[in-house]
Amino acid sequence: MALFYSVRQLEEMEMQSALPLWRQILLASAEESGITPEQSLEKMGAALDAMIAADADYDPGQSSHSRLIGGDGERMRRYVAQGETICGDFVGRVISGAIRMGECNACMHRIVAAPTAGACGVMPAVLLPYAADHATPREELIAALYIASGFGMVIATRASISGAEAGCQAEIGTASAMAAAALVYLHGGNAQQMSSAVAIALKNMMGLVCDPVAGLVEVPCVKRNAAGAMNALCAAEMALAGIRSRIPADEVIDAMRAVGALMSPLLRETGEGGVAASPTAVRFRNDFFGK
Amino acid sequence: MDIFDLIGPIMVGPSSSHTAGAVRIGLACRRILGEEVAEADITLSGSFAATGRGHGTDKAIVAGLLGMAPDDVRVPDSFSYAQEKGLLFSFAFGDIPLAHPNTARLVLKGERGAEADIEAASLGGGRIEIRRLGDMSLRFSAEQPTLIIRNEDRPGNVADVSRILSEGKINIATFQVNRNSRGGEAVMVIECDTPPDETLLRRIRALPGILRAVYVSQE
Repeated sequence: MALFYSVRQLEEMEMQSALPLWRQILLASAEESGITPEQSLEKMGAALDAMIAADADYDPGQSSHSRLIGGDGERMRRYVAQGETICGDFVGRVISGAIRMGECNACMHRIVAAPTAGACGVMPAVLLPYAADHATPREELIAALYIASGFGMVIATRASISGAEAGCQAEIGTASAMAAAALVYLHGGNAQQMSSAVAIALKNMMGLVCDPVAGLVEVPCVKRNAAGAMNALCAAEMALAGIRSRIPADEVIDAMRAVGALMSPLLRETGEGGVAASPTAVRFRNDFFGK
Repeated sequence: MDIFDLIGPIMVGPSSSHTAGAVRIGLACRRILGEEVAEADITLSGSFAATGRGHGTDKAIVAGLLGMAPDDVRVPDSFSYAQEKGLLFSFAFGDIPLAHPNTARLVLKGERGAEADIEAASLGGGRIEIRRLGDMSLRFSAEQPTLIIRNEDRPGNVADVSRILSEGKINIATFQVNRNSRGGEAVMVIECDTPPDETLLRRIRALPGILRAVYVSQE
């Protein structure tokens, strides 16, 4: 049995102890891994630093080996900077950040898998603009990453975080749920609200297939990071407003696993279904791989 | 599972299996060889062959052979570092029968003459497994400190090795023994909870009947 196996357990941990939930997640996981709490904090701090560095490392002129990916994060950033977006500055920066990080990943930069490399854009896309606008201290961001990892572990344990096993709902869906929980934490919400945010985020991504064009972590993966980040904002706002998920988070996670098991292998990272099977994608694959 | 499997690993993109796992395969093979790699003939099979180039699997394996970690920003430029360091490498694409979908075969020569022929699979999420070493089928993750010991197949070797580990207060997590034929050569694969130090390795190497002991660490 993994350390954190149900969202209910995380809710109870918060209710039954005076220690903040993130701190309990830190202590329990450090003990399990045989490291000190200080070492764990250092490691999580390094993950945060690597996210910040990866975002700063974005190169607008770079494109991926396949040339399908590159420059869109910058396009979005310029558009947001002009101040005429539909959703405003914050949301614009979230979208831009998600695309930038997805592009960094496709272009072989150093990123932080959260929970996977293909979904690495979601978490920093919401955390970094939030921190900038609310002057969030570094310690709080690290605490939010512990919250995200605790809920993420429940999803990984009860369902999956692998696109090959359960489709994109398990990758971008999980990233979105983890980011939603982190946002609720940062904005002062409790574990029950985090739980609702996780449930809402996963329900809204239920059934999402993994259909990478030519098998590459590029199309549609990069733009789905933006969708996952937006979905995290939406789920966190609902939960903070006091909206409860009618279905408990653990049951949503179990449903997500069941949906993954029902998915055809064509829709689980094989690059043979979904948009990967579209005529344009097939043409691209044949050109790129020369067959 | 660890929380740093959810926030992490820190790695060079784009794929935990085809890039980070591939670096780890290169690293594990380098450590199995036990010295700087001079020549590497690499065969990519299955999905590694189909989408490896697009995921930088080739650059990633060479990076690992050079001793780079999955989060080393030099991974994409590993080919030019290989040239600098005099590592000669070649890639072939082909199906290795009955192998895991993400499999690489590495035939290595070291700069002091060591040789190794290794098959390794990338299982997903950056986790890897060595599946074949020379003519020995075996399975180990290289996710824990691992001792690979080639020995003459005769009574007492396993007991001698475990005694030395116990005297060094090394707890054994898993212990596999494989052999080709009775009285021939055998391979012990020992995953430990903590890394054995140089003294222990020297004592094991000095045992009668031990032909070679390689230590594969995890950083």
